[in-house]
Amino acid sequence: MMDQAVTLDGGFADPVFNAQSAFRIIMDAMARPGHVLAIPAYATPPVPLSAIAGTVACTLLDVDTPFWLDQALAANPALQAWLTFHTGARAAATPVEAHFALVGDPTSMPSLERFALGSHNYPDQSTTLILQVGSLDGGVPLTFAGPGIKGRKTIAPQGLPAGFTAQWHDNGKRFPCGVDLILTSADAIACLPRTARLVETES
Amino acid sequence: MNQHHRAANYNFAYLDEQTKRMIRRAILKAIAIPGYQVPFASREMPMPYGWGTGGVQVTASILGPDDVLKVIDQGADDTTNAVSIRKFFERVAGVETTTKTAEASIIQTRHRIPEEAMTEGQVLVYQVPIPEPLRFLEPRETETRKMHALEEYGLMHVKLYEDIARNGHIATTYAYPVKVEGRYVMDPSPIPKFDNPKMHMSEALQLFGAGREKRIYALPPHTEVVSLDFEDHPFEIQKFDKPCALCGAEQVFLDEVILDDRGNRMFVCSDTDHCESRRADGHTGAVVQETI
Repeated sequence: MMDQAVTLDGGFADPVFNAQSAFRIIMDAMARPGHVLAIPAYATPPVPLSAIAGTVACTLLDVDTPFWLDQALAANPALQAWLTFHTGARAAATPVEAHFALVGDPTSMPSLERFALGSHNYPDQSTTLILQVGSLDGGVPLTFAGPGIKGRKTIAPQGLPAGFTAQWHDNGKRFPCGVDLILTSADAIACLPRTARLVETES
Repeated sequence: MNQHHRAANYNFAYLDEQTKRMIRRAILKAIAIPGYQVPFASREMPMPYGWGTGGVQVTASILGPDDVLKVIDQGADDTTNAVSIRKFFERVAGVETTTKTAEASIIQTRHRIPEEAMTEGQVLVYQVPIPEPLRFLEPRETETRKMHALEEYGLMHVKLYEDIARNGHIATTYAYPVKVEGRYVMDPSPIPKFDNPKMHMSEALQLFGAGREKRIYALPPHTEVVSLDFEDHPFEIQKFDKPCALCGAEQVFLDEVILDDRGNRMFVCSDTDHCESRRADGHTGAVVQETI
């Protein structure tokens, strides 16, 4: 009975307007890479998925989009049941089959090239990664340039994957293929589409 | 601005939630790959293809109750397409509508970009008839897709060159092809080439929806958009000999209006909001001055 309550509760209270409001923030964040935007926690998923990552998932996932969970998130079976109940999406067997990947612990996640990168004919057929980072500031500053960024934009997320700068550089070289990232903290998101170029920071 | 009550027997903004999610995902991919046409499962809308169903579906998927919507058709707020789409969203979404460019959070447009520079946070949604810039050069989708994948755009330059060979200048005046961030060649929809420079490094997010052709593409803000040209035939926008006959505006796009059956005509701003606000500020053009 407990498990059932965990599965059934915690979805959007107002599906139409919660999804619209969250999507506009995600769209704005994707259009302005590196900008940290506050986003309300409309969903309360089972731990260890955060409320913000759960909100992003409920906004974007449905029956057409298989998802993949990293080890940290897959550890709680109730979480997969919750996602499937509230979005209709099924779990993908491998990262490369996933339209969305939810990552609870980015520091130990598979490298970015393990996910779907799209093809040159269909670069849109790639995985979008929703990463739970500790915080969107206070980490090592990373400076980005590219479409959506006026000049340059610096962001300093904590808890990114090991060797992120090299991986992100490689991801950019695959353009138009590559993955896009939605970084989530306890109350905000920031996006890094594949076009966001890491530029050398002055030390 | 006008307040409206939403018809209760439709979901907000007409589309069902799963369709909105599918379109929203396509929009995010389009933003991440500027200029690339993302296929999407375009729906039947309560208006025929060719009447802006692509733009309507994009608008319906991003629109929220706090948005203020402006709809223009060739720059005008008061022509058939603009009036009917504005009424559609007043009815199915109950959102505020406006004719003022600066007041709008979302502007849906058929074939023009407003004269007033758009600002950060605003979204411009284009209605697109033929999203594929290479379509009239190569009818097969399999081939044009490969051409985009291989960045094989020589044919487009041949077309512009043939313009020069026949006419002595590039005669393409609307739907003038652009290159986005040095990668994808994109059809800007049939806006006059006069508007092309406004897409470059715009503060606003620009979304393009083609309903019949089932494609969505996008230009994030601050994105490089370059009109194709040649070193010896650089890209040029249309120039007009006279200012607007009603408001005296220069450096704006003008429409020709036939006045009688004796060949009299005048040229007036195509952007009706721009023209009206200038006249409200006391600017007058030649025709107005004559009649005073």
